[in-house]
Amino acid sequence: MASKLTRSNGAGWAFALPGFGLIALFIVLPFFFAFGLSLTNQRLISPNPTEYVGFANYRDLLGLAVITLEPERDEAGQLVREADGGIAYPRVRTVTRSDDYPQYRGMREWFRWQSGDNARVVIASDVVFMKALVNTLTFVVVVAPVQAGLALVLALLINQKLRGVNVFRAIYFMPVVVSIVVVSLLWRFIYDGNDGLLNNMLVGLTFGLFEPVDWLGNPDTALGAIMAMSVWQGVGFHMVIWLAGLQTISPTLYEAADIEGASKWQAFRYVTWPGLRNTAILILIVITMQAFALFAQVDVMTNGGPLDSTQVLVFQAVERGYGRQDISGGSTISVILFLIVLAISLLQRWLTRER
Amino acid sequence: MAEVKLTDVRKSYGKVEVIKGVDIAINDGEFVVFVGPSGCGKSTLLRMIAGLEDITSGTLEIGGRLVNEVQPKDRGIAMVFQTYAIFPHMSVRENVAFGLTIAGMPKAEKERKVMEAARILQMEHLLDRRPSQLSGGQRQRVAIGRAIVRDPAVFLFDEPLSNLDAALRMDMRMEIGKLHQELGATMVYVTHDQVEAMTLADKIVVLKDGTVQQVGAPMDLYHKPANMFVAGFIGSPSMNFMDVQVVEARPGAVTVRAPGLDPVTLPIEEGGFAAHSTARLGIRPQYLEVYEDAAAGALHGEVALVERLGTETVVDVTLTRGGKVVAALAEDRPLQLGSQIALGFAPERAHLFAKT
Repeated sequence: MASKLTRSNGAGWAFALPGFGLIALFIVLPFFFAFGLSLTNQRLISPNPTEYVGFANYRDLLGLAVITLEPERDEAGQLVREADGGIAYPRVRTVTRSDDYPQYRGMREWFRWQSGDNARVVIASDVVFMKALVNTLTFVVVVAPVQAGLALVLALLINQKLRGVNVFRAIYFMPVVVSIVVVSLLWRFIYDGNDGLLNNMLVGLTFGLFEPVDWLGNPDTALGAIMAMSVWQGVGFHMVIWLAGLQTISPTLYEAADIEGASKWQAFRYVTWPGLRNTAILILIVITMQAFALFAQVDVMTNGGPLDSTQVLVFQAVERGYGRQDISGGSTISVILFLIVLAISLLQRWLTRER
Repeated sequence: MAEVKLTDVRKSYGKVEVIKGVDIAINDGEFVVFVGPSGCGKSTLLRMIAGLEDITSGTLEIGGRLVNEVQPKDRGIAMVFQTYAIFPHMSVRENVAFGLTIAGMPKAEKERKVMEAARILQMEHLLDRRPSQLSGGQRQRVAIGRAIVRDPAVFLFDEPLSNLDAALRMDMRMEIGKLHQELGATMVYVTHDQVEAMTLADKIVVLKDGTVQQVGAPMDLYHKPANMFVAGFIGSPSMNFMDVQVVEARPGAVTVRAPGLDPVTLPIEEGGFAAHSTARLGIRPQYLEVYEDAAAGALHGEVALVERLGTETVVDVTLTRGGKVVAALAEDRPLQLGSQIALGFAPERAHLFAKT
């Protein structure tokens, strides 16, 4: 049955057409294109015709295996030691390049651990993708709760009738308005290893005891540095959403809690937090999606380095699709990212459902 | 159980004084209603008793204890709000028990108190529901239940029935009256509805612009209003007023007249009216009578509007000599619009006020 919206509403649809058209052209169509292209070997520019390759792209990205390397022994059966005293193992390529193991062909070592005398080695078809996946998940797991929590604290602080509270609101919100590219450039100066603001401050505060760190040039600190800066940049936006949620809670409820003898903490626990339930769901889902879409900061600040320590999925998708002209590979990463975000969002919805 | 005593209580927001020196003594177990028009400060006064608003100056005593600086929870009060203020995410049981949970009361005792309150309010069957599944009247019942379990010395009600529809309001009004009889606690009740005030109160406090106009039993206020404001505020439709000339003033007999009003002698005891001064004559619409003979009666005019309510007929009359009066006539009277009408009243029913 035709709904009232679609019947005799020609003018309305005509007005909507430009918007719908653009959305269809640049969002809906590419979305479905990505699914199609991920099943082919399409390149950005290529003289060869495009071929259907099935799930080969997915296998190339997601291929994972664990192999066991037995230590090398001399004739007497004794373990052979390396120069530094560690046990000597055959090289991983003796497996991955061997015709005995065609299923491991082309894979490379991701990481290994010791199991008795043996070494267990995780090999992956695409180690960079795996690192990007882990980095992205780490980023989400850290940034989502920290950003949401910090934003809530700020919102509680500025949700007060104080003189000049709007100044604070404006200050906290400012980073949101500045372009992420500009912010990233600025933070490159802050994180600079030689004369950066952060190093100078830390040196000054510790009276010269602090050893300056090249925050973005060190694989141990680069991802953390990007996380900190991302939290700072996005916290104002979520603060405003929390604030909107806080202001929907009737002040009478606080007065009732006050008369019943609730402490500040109990008022938060029994009035504020339950009242923010829907806001919390929204913020959690929005931050999770934004965190998975991490790209600009990496692109401007580290380009995925050093040593792939800041590789993330979207950066990989762009890098592959346009940098290496491997459109099908980039599409495959996009589809995988979409499925991960979809799964997590559904899980979050299920966990926070109305009981 | 406790008495409440306010002595020269004042409240200012910056330079604006909203409560201008209020003295009220509320006896133990008394039901007192604060009534007045919007913005008269009645709610502010109640919130000051509750401890939700600071007292700028003056003293507030509850049960003989000075509580100006005491936290709301330690004042021995419970409050019921106009918007119910029940916690939407908690069941009725949790809502009623909230204060006890906060105080860390053992489960069994808590349950006993909740059941007791539920029994008094006849809402045992609602205990496991959520507030969203309740009607307005049921929600207010939950809020009252939450007040009862606190076992307060003083109940405070801030326009508790204003958000309910007319039929429900009447039911709840009776229930609150019964509750007062059953618990015997001191209750302070704020309303702008004079029917609630008249039916529930042992004592009414009429407020206007942050000052007390009159304190007294409902019928005292009705029959002996202290000033024109109280006279006009209590009673529906409002009292008719007209300017009159005092012709002669003796204790117990003040004679007044006005254009269109033949001289009447009123049996007024209080002095303060001098001959040849002007004053205001007040007469309630219910005490105006229609004279069949159009030449008789004290007031003459033309019927401008007729409202027939079945038991009563409210008539707006435009007086021939200017001005208008409202008459509430007993029984149903099919009066013609535009017809001439003669009205009169018994002199002992009239009030006389000094002109301000």
